[in-house]
Amino acid sequence: MTATAEKPAEVGAIPTMTVTLKIMRHDPDGLDGREPGTDYWEEFQVEAHATDRVLDALHKIKWEQDGTLAFRRSCAHGVCGSDAMRINARNRLACKTLLKDLNPAKPIQVEPIKGLPVEKDLIVDMEPFFASYREIMPFLMTSGPTPERERLQSPEDRQRFDDTTKCIMCAACTTSCPVFWTDGQYFGPQAIVGAHRFIFDSRDEGEWDRLEILNDKAGVWKCRTAFNCTEACPRGIEVTKAISEVKHALNTGEI
Amino acid sequence: MAPAPELKAPKKGISHSTLGRTQRWSWIFQRVSGVALILLITIHLTVNLIMGDGINQIDFAFVAGKLANPFWQWFDFVMLVLAMVHGSNGMRMIIDDYARTKWMHATLQWALRIATVVIIVLGTLVLFTFDPCPAGADASLLPSFCEGI
Repeated sequence: MTATAEKPAEVGAIPTMTVTLKIMRHDPDGLDGREPGTDYWEEFQVEAHATDRVLDALHKIKWEQDGTLAFRRSCAHGVCGSDAMRINARNRLACKTLLKDLNPAKPIQVEPIKGLPVEKDLIVDMEPFFASYREIMPFLMTSGPTPERERLQSPEDRQRFDDTTKCIMCAACTTSCPVFWTDGQYFGPQAIVGAHRFIFDSRDEGEWDRLEILNDKAGVWKCRTAFNCTEACPRGIEVTKAISEVKHALNTGEI
Repeated sequence: MAPAPELKAPKKGISHSTLGRTQRWSWIFQRVSGVALILLITIHLTVNLIMGDGINQIDFAFVAGKLANPFWQWFDFVMLVLAMVHGSNGMRMIIDDYARTKWMHATLQWALRIATVVIIVLGTLVLFTFDPCPAGADASLLPSFCEGI
């Protein structure tokens, strides 16, 4: 009796496929005979699994094909918020976007997030974004002596601002906002989310200082409720709702 | 490494008196006037185009008849002012967003303000000084109440 040893089909094997990534590149130095500061599209083909993420494909490009490709990423698991980019014309985190969800039959377009100055390829200067965040004073403001133990809060009070605590400051919302694109002065959705997190915190006493800032020319009244921010948020924060709650607090004077 | 950006000292002692800013009132006006305009324009279109003989009824006599009635004068006046201010307020925000240079911004804003005022003044003049029975006109084209004059 001889058993014919046939190679069994691998159980649970994931088929690979070839995907094309069309990347918007920006060359600040002018290499390979380009003018410094040239923007150009470049296509790359990579072998990938359907379950791979866009970040995996970018890694393959950077590690195996073109080491000059520049993009940010840190944790690579949707927590740090470093790799927000415009993928197929929508702001997403490259580390949370699966290739199979993007119709890999067509080239996948990857661009830097809009409205912030591009430094190289997919890396933008985040400073204007962080400056807006600093404007709204994102720290606990209290009066009176510091308690020896934690500042306690009821679960209901915590629930009031739970949604906006999820923000990872990836800038996907702010750079999807049409007012932010054109205006250049608007705080942007993220700063308002950051303010919301403290304004509706029962332990914080700086709410009117923050509301005063958001009542300003570049504040919440610039919002046109386009809902781009809510759609873009990789953490599922209802950004437009948070902005409307700030508007409501300003209109009624109640928090 | 660049040094960490400096934090501004928090502003202190701000009261609720800041609630009266123009940006906020412009936002509230836009919402309130929007709702009012939906109502006014729906009535306007219904009365003019659907009720009675519909679209065929509109001629000089019909319009003159309406404008001789103080109710329709004031109705049209409210609609005119709300529509113009609502529209120009929206245009103002668009100019704020898209006019990059100072010169362009100022020019467009002033053009908008002047156009708004001129149209409101002209419209109001027409509404309140309109003569429904011009002398020497063909009586068949005039509203019926002109016969007694």
